[in-house]
Amino acid sequence: MAKAFGLANTQVLRRAALPKTYTDWLGRKLFLFLLTVQGLGAFALITLGVILNKNGVAKNVIRPRIRQEIARAGVALLPMFFFVALALGFLVVGQTVSALAKVGAISYLGSTMVIVVVRELGPLLTAFLVLARVGTAHVIELGTARALGEVEALEVLGIDPVHYLIVPRVIGMALGIFSLTVYLIIGALASGYLFAFLQDVPLTPGDYFKQIVESLGWLDFALLALKTIAFGFFIAIVTCYHGLAQPLRLDDVSRVAVRAVTQGVVVCVLIDALFIVLYLVA
Amino acid sequence: MSETQSMPAIEMRDVNVAAMRDASFTVVEDVDWLVAAGEFWVIAGQEHSGKSDLLMLAAGLMPAAGGSCRLFGRETKDFGEAELAERLRVGFVFQDGQLFNQLTIAENVALPLRYQKNFTAAEAAGEVQMLLGLLELAPLADVTPANVAANWRQRTALARALILRPEILLLDNPLAGLGARHRQWWLRFLEQLARGHEHFGGQPTTIVATADDLRPWQGARRKFALLHDKKLILLGGWNEVETSIAPIVKELLAIQLETTIQ
Repeated sequence: MAKAFGLANTQVLRRAALPKTYTDWLGRKLFLFLLTVQGLGAFALITLGVILNKNGVAKNVIRPRIRQEIARAGVALLPMFFFVALALGFLVVGQTVSALAKVGAISYLGSTMVIVVVRELGPLLTAFLVLARVGTAHVIELGTARALGEVEALEVLGIDPVHYLIVPRVIGMALGIFSLTVYLIIGALASGYLFAFLQDVPLTPGDYFKQIVESLGWLDFALLALKTIAFGFFIAIVTCYHGLAQPLRLDDVSRVAVRAVTQGVVVCVLIDALFIVLYLVA
Repeated sequence: MSETQSMPAIEMRDVNVAAMRDASFTVVEDVDWLVAAGEFWVIAGQEHSGKSDLLMLAAGLMPAAGGSCRLFGRETKDFGEAELAERLRVGFVFQDGQLFNQLTIAENVALPLRYQKNFTAAEAAGEVQMLLGLLELAPLADVTPANVAANWRQRTALARALILRPEILLLDNPLAGLGARHRQWWLRFLEQLARGHEHFGGQPTTIVATADDLRPWQGARRKFALLHDKKLILLGGWNEVETSIAPIVKELLAIQLETTIQ
C-alpha cells in the first residue's frame, strides 16, 4: 500500500541524514511536498473510486459504520458547536452589527454577514474544529491499527481496508462538516443579533434577518454545500492517508498526527482560496 | 479422482519470497514446494527465517519476488478483486491474532461473514455462536480483545479464520506463547480439522502451520519442512525429522548440541 501512494520515498527522505547545504534542504522539502501531493492525490482518487465502485457492497456492515462516523463527526460535536456559535455571535457578529450601526452603515449588514459568516468564518472554523477533534482521532486510530497489523488482517479476510476503514470516515466527515457549518452559521447569526439587541442597536429582528436573506443568493447555498463537503472529504483524506497508507511503528503515531493536522490546515486554506476565486468569478 | 482434487492446493516453483515489510529484501530463495489437498504441513524455522512471509505468499497476499506460486492452480501474482473467491478459500491465523481492538470477540468472528455475505448481525449470529461454542469462546463473546488473555485472542483469530469455512488453513506459529492446556487443545483441534471436523461437513482441511519448536508437532500424518539459510528444506515425515543429523533440526527439537555450553 505504501508503494502505491509513493510513501516509501517520503520515508527515505524524512529519515535521511541532515542535508549539507540550504539548497539540499530546499530540494528535499520540495521533493517531499511533491511526493506528498502525489500520494494524497492517488489516495483521494482510489477512495473516490472505492466509494463509487463499492456502493452497496456489504451495506449491512458499511452503513452502520457510516452512521457511526456521522455521529462522531457531527452529532457528538453539537454541544461544542452550540458554544462556538454563541461565542462567534458575541465576538464577531454582535460587534460588527454594533460598529455598522455607529457609523450609519447598517444597510450593509446583510452583505457583511453573508461574506464574513456564511462564506468564510462558518465553514473554515467548522473545518478546523472538526480537524482538531475528529481528524486527529482518525490518524491515531488508523496509525495504531496499522502498527498492530489490523490492516493486514483485513486484507487476509478479503476486506478492502479503504472500503472498511476510509469510506465511512470520508462520508461521515463530509456530511458532519456540512451539517455543523449550517448549525454554526444559524447559531452565530442568531446569537449575534442577541448581542446587538443587548447593546440597544436600533434594528428589529425582522430587518436583521431580512437583510441577510436578501444578501444570500443561490450561489451561496451551492458553494457552501460544495465547500464544506470538500473540506470534509479532504480533511478525511489527509488524516486517513497519514494514518493508513504507510507502515507505522507505534512511536511514529504522534509525529504523524501532528503532520496530518498541519497538512489538513494547509489543505483547508487552499480549498478556501479556490472558493474565493469561484465567488469572485461568479 | 476429479481434476480439482488432484490439483495441488499450493504449488511453488523456483519461488523467491520477499519480506512483507521490505519487498526489496529476499528472505527465502528457490522454493519448490507442493501442498496437496488434505495434507498437514509444519514449517519450522528460527526467528526471522521468513516463515510469516512464506505463509503470506502462499495465501496470495503478496506476489512472489520470482518464480511461480499457484493457489488452487491459479497464479497468485494475478490475484485481484476478481479472484477474491479463490482467496477466501484460504484462512489465515496470525501469530498474535491481530484482532480488531474496537470490536468484541463475537464481532471479530462475525466480521468476515457479515462483510463477504452482507449479513446483518442477527443473520450471522447462529454461525458465530456455533463457532464460539466450539472454540470455548462463548463466555468471552462480548469482551473486547484487549481484555482477554493472549491464549483466547489466538483462539478468536482461529474462529475468525474458520467462519468462512476455508479449504486451506495457514497458521503462523499458532503454539507460540500458549500454556500447556491450550497447546494440547490446539493440536487436537487442528488434527480434527485435518481429518475432517463434523462441524465443517467432515471435509478435511489442508493445514500449513509454522513453528519455532518442532517437539509439540510430533505426528505420523504430518509433513515437515525447514526454513534455514534462505532455503526451504523438505524433510518428510516425523521419522525423517527424528533421524535427521542437521544441527538446525536438533536445535528446533531442543536437543542439546555438543557445541552448546553444557
